[in-house]
Amino acid sequence: MNIAVCIKRVPDSETRVKIGSDGKSLDEAGVKFVLNPYDEFAVEEALQRKEKAGSGEVAVFSVGPAAAQETIRTALAMGADRGVLLQSDKIPADGYITAQALAAELKAGNWDLILFGKMAIDDYNQQVGPMVAELLGLPCVTAATHLEIDGAKGVAEREIEGGIEVVEFPLPAVLTADKGLNEPRYPALKGIMAAKKKPLEVKPVQLGAGSIEIVALTPPPQRKDGKIVGEGAAAVPELVRLLREEAKVL
Amino acid sequence: MTSVLAVVEQRDGALRKISHEVVTAAHRLGGTVEALVCAAGPVKGADQLGKFGADTVVTLTNAAFAKYAPEGMAHAITERAKSGGYTAVVFAASATGKDLAPRVAAKLGVALAGDVTEVGVEGGAVVATRPVYAGKALLKVKVMGKPAMLSVRPNVFTPVERPKAGTAETIAANVPAGRVVVREIKAAEAGALDVAEAQVVISGGRGLKEPGNFKVLEELARAFGGQAAVGASRAVVDAGWRAHADQVGQTGKTVSPTLYIAVGISGAIQHLAGMRTSKVIVAINKDKDAPIFKVADYGVVGDLFEVVPKLTEEIKKLHG
Ligand SMILES: Cc1cc2nc3c(=O)[nH]c(=O)nc-3n(C[C@H](O)[C@H](O)[C@H](O)COP(=O)(O)OP(=O)(O)OC[C@H]3O[C@@H](n4cnc5c(N)ncnc54)[C@H](O)[C@@H]3O)c2cc1C
Ligand SMILES: Nc1ncnc2c1ncn2[C@@H]1O[C@H](COP(=O)(O)O)[C@@H](O)[C@H]1O
Repeated sequence: MNIAVCIKRVPDSETRVKIGSDGKSLDEAGVKFVLNPYDEFAVEEALQRKEKAGSGEVAVFSVGPAAAQETIRTALAMGADRGVLLQSDKIPADGYITAQALAAELKAGNWDLILFGKMAIDDYNQQVGPMVAELLGLPCVTAATHLEIDGAKGVAEREIEGGIEVVEFPLPAVLTADKGLNEPRYPALKGIMAAKKKPLEVKPVQLGAGSIEIVALTPPPQRKDGKIVGEGAAAVPELVRLLREEAKVL
Repeated sequence: MTSVLAVVEQRDGALRKISHEVVTAAHRLGGTVEALVCAAGPVKGADQLGKFGADTVVTLTNAAFAKYAPEGMAHAITERAKSGGYTAVVFAASATGKDLAPRVAAKLGVALAGDVTEVGVEGGAVVATRPVYAGKALLKVKVMGKPAMLSVRPNVFTPVERPKAGTAETIAANVPAGRVVVREIKAAEAGALDVAEAQVVISGGRGLKEPGNFKVLEELARAFGGQAAVGASRAVVDAGWRAHADQVGQTGKTVSPTLYIAVGISGAIQHLAGMRTSKVIVAINKDKDAPIFKVADYGVVGDLFEVVPKLTEEIKKLHG
């Protein structure tokens, strides 16, 4: 099995968001960056599939700044074989531009599977995976929580409102990983050491601006100060009164 | 006159309620609104879309559209979008819309602003606001694609009635056979509402102590008479107490109900990511310093096993 996994460097989910002086971007000072959590599911799935097949390679691809090499090393430490950084100072707000860069790079490969995370936890775009699939003309299942592959046939499950869709598709295919697909491994010390020697190719790319223009990045509106209605069951009648008369939601 | 395409949804031949929200959002972009639905045959409730501002309702029919057909529907919607000179195409950021919209955007070669919570037109450009960084910031963008592609977060665009003619048209869609085929839908418990679409969400966390205790929350949900769903924190989903489909938060669902009740949930930042856009938040927690009280509009400090049954009793009185 030859599997490509697209991974993104993102601010850790605990990050306190401070807005940059341009009013349009995150102030990155002091921010810790990690491998996008959904991409961990994708890397794990790739490793398990390759282990099961007994042969093939897992290659990871990332579009991002030079520092994204660290993110690639994390995936290599988990067990991926090699990495490619499509280096660009900025990751465009328009996911279609990122998708084009990834598709151009992946086109030449002979992949059985191309895996993505369901979404990046910084931009919440939820689009790069299916866009790459369209650009490469491959079948695609998004937000998979379960996956079975038998030869050139796959069956995936995805959560929909009030149920689970069971989806059949042929390989090669593009899949995006949701939580539940597997339990990502932690890189072991041995893996971390080995990762340092694995191939990591850096290729500069020129990315267009795309058709999303950032107007402003702002803090969310402050929720007006809440109140503690009281303690214990005795506070419940007052809570219900407030929900009815003040909040008007009952 | 400009025109906006509102891509709406059906399941089992009935229009999904979120369609009213999509049409309502589309209407904010000005011009006429064409609602478009892919289905195997006539869609029950599609004639109601005029009431929410659709000038026309177009049903694209194909036998394959009885279930979600990602490739066929993306093809049919793209063809329609190309033919009409629309300024914008609006989807729901539902499970289906999140899968479909990026496919259509890539086929059209334009950008997609997904899961938006505000839309409008400023200086002739479509603008949209989307929560980013787990809801810790809002990103306002100009969507310059022709057409501008958007998907709207469920439960944010309250449907507004503004009666229009709502003329109907049915067109047989010719689409290539799809490679990706939905074989079956395993339905959740009959009648169970999805947390992402319920008007009231009551979520439980580790404070519930054991899985069986969730019945306390289910009783409260029932007291709301079919409008409420029970959600969960990741801690209890990871422990196997509740299904992942019910998880609220960064690695679960994003919900914006009218009323969110957090019970025995501490209020970790990743949980807040999924519920902070709820209209009214109530927290019940025995620890008065729990961070959940910082986002809650109303808090009750106390043992949930005393507070929740009392609340159920009071709600029953109202609905009784
Ligand atoms: C990458 C990442 C993604 C994550 N995604 C999510 C996500 O999507 N959703 C999510 O929820 N979390 C997520 N988390 C986990 C999150 O950080 C917290 O660990 C989790 O939300 C805690 O769950 P909890 O509030 O149920 O448990 P706890 O933090 O243990 O809180 C339990 C609360 O119950 C209260 N309590 C106990 N007994 C009672 C009682 N008898 N009556 C009243 N109150 C009581 C306690 O005071 C406490 O506040 C994520 C974490 C990471 C790192
Ligand atoms: N800059 C990037 N480099 C590599 N992969 C990416 C990049 N951005 C997004 N992806 C992939 O696409 C998925 C969805 O991202 P998004 O559409 O931005 O929410 C991520 O989980 C990654 O797998």
